[in-house]
Amino acid sequence: MTDLLAAQTSLPDLVTFLIAGCAVVLGALGVILMRNPVHSALSMIMTLFAVAVLFIEQDAQFLAAVQVIVYAGAIVVLFLFVIMLLGVDKRENLAKDQLRGQRPLAFLAVLVIFVEVLALSNGKWASGAKATVLSTSSPGSNVVQLAKSIFTTYLLPFEATSVLLIIAVVGAVVLVRRSDLKPGHAVEETEDLETESEMK
Amino acid sequence: MGSDPLFSNGITLAVILIVLVKVVVAFAVLLVSVLLMIWFERKLISDMQNRIGPNRAGPYGILQTLADGTKLFFKEDLIPDSADRAVFKLAPFLSVVPAFLVFAIVPVGGMVHIFGHTTELQVADPPMGILFMLVMSSISVYGVTLAGWGSGSKYPLLGSVRATAQMISYEAAMGLSIASVVLITGSLSTRDIVTSQLGTYLGIIPKWNLIRLGIVPFLIFLVAITAEMNRPPFDLAEAESELVGGFHTEYSSLRFALFYLAEFMNTVTMSAIIVTLFFGGASGPVLFGPGWIWPILWFLVKTGVFLFFYVWVRAALPRLRYDQLMSLGWKVLIPASLAWFLIIAAMQINSYLGFGMFVLAMVLAGLLSRASEVGDLSDKFRLGRSRSVGTKGVE
Repeated sequence: MTDLLAAQTSLPDLVTFLIAGCAVVLGALGVILMRNPVHSALSMIMTLFAVAVLFIEQDAQFLAAVQVIVYAGAIVVLFLFVIMLLGVDKRENLAKDQLRGQRPLAFLAVLVIFVEVLALSNGKWASGAKATVLSTSSPGSNVVQLAKSIFTTYLLPFEATSVLLIIAVVGAVVLVRRSDLKPGHAVEETEDLETESEMK
Repeated sequence: MGSDPLFSNGITLAVILIVLVKVVVAFAVLLVSVLLMIWFERKLISDMQNRIGPNRAGPYGILQTLADGTKLFFKEDLIPDSADRAVFKLAPFLSVVPAFLVFAIVPVGGMVHIFGHTTELQVADPPMGILFMLVMSSISVYGVTLAGWGSGSKYPLLGSVRATAQMISYEAAMGLSIASVVLITGSLSTRDIVTSQLGTYLGIIPKWNLIRLGIVPFLIFLVAITAEMNRPPFDLAEAESELVGGFHTEYSSLRFALFYLAEFMNTVTMSAIIVTLFFGGASGPVLFGPGWIWPILWFLVKTGVFLFFYVWVRAALPRLRYDQLMSLGWKVLIPASLAWFLIIAAMQINSYLGFGMFVLAMVLAGLLSRASEVGDLSDKFRLGRSRSVGTKGVE
């Protein structure tokens, strides 16, 4: 694995990777170690943004843009919204578990993921090589390739996903819009909005 | 780094220096333009309101912004007791940095030759191009959100919640109108978007995207980014008549100056983006003299027109109500941009399909508006029992 790294990375790539990689890890640590939920959400943005930088370094430009627009730009904003509106932005009590047996299960999950990462890092998928099909010479080719595969090879999964998202949105709206609600109730409007923008 | 010919022969020290020079120049130009823009806005609004405006600092008061900046610099920097200190300090930077970065993808001129290198007159031309602007605008939402929350006070929080909902809602319409530009260009790169608008119809009408796409995507984009920037008439985030000052109520001194800077920088940058997307960017006829200077001049003139437009709108239009803002965004702009996107896509195939799609869109729009009317009526009817609070009328 070390040979692979040495063979394929140039100096700028290495520097970018080290900085972005550190940001990813620091952000991830922040998410679980920060006591205030808003700070955790901010750390999460840092992680997502640094992952986007790593995507760019691997020539996956479109993926990077989508990563920031959708995850950092829409989903974490909604997290923050909920945290602010529900007023849960207080320090958590870590002494007691929310669910029974939470900690051993979490430990087990971490162990499984760790083993999985180890297995993947020796395999053929995580080679550290840049995307080869997407040449950087012609602008936009990245997007063209992606669009072609989405709208031809993977059309069915793509459409199925969009239908799933629509179902989720409609479901959320139906659940929130209770007909016995008194008029002039502001909650109704904002909650519709959130679910709709989640679709992005 | 995209298709800039500067990088075609490998990266040497000279190339790095050229990039550095470009970055510094763009930074300086943007700061100076903000300085002038604030003066321009105040002076123009004064003219429109029949008063004199700033006239003490420098000729015609042109140094007024400099004086204000110096004053802000020396003011006391207050942090409220109940504020979340780290977030409170972070927020202004999350506003100002994206505002700077967006300008990097704007092509301000054609190609130039310096020191034996050919380069594009823009800081960066990444393959993701115009998506970069969406990325940055989605980051700048955090500046406003966190400023409001971090202040630990209720008016800023109300302002920031409003602003966040507004910015997220209008981002969708903005993205869809950009998508129609990308559809007709076939590339995301801002440079390609500009070069695809070269040429004319019948020798006189320029082939701008404004004309090629019909005027609808431009109008949607214009409204959407005005809301995105929190400029009047969409400045609900800082509605001073109801929210004191909105999300930056608790800010003072240099941190407040950063928000102010970000706001005006966004105005300048977004005008430049409009010009790039819909008005042929830095292109226009070369009248006389050196050829490389005319694109820059045309770019400045076109951008200036939009800067004037923004000031004019601010002077002329009253602020929207929150429910009007939301229903405009969700019920008008997003369906309209989606329908127009379909029409443009069909036009790309052939004109019969295009006109067919146009008729279909018209019929659907009629049905949709009728449906929302009926829905509103039945809402009113059903909720009519408790009349006392009954102001459900969304329109």
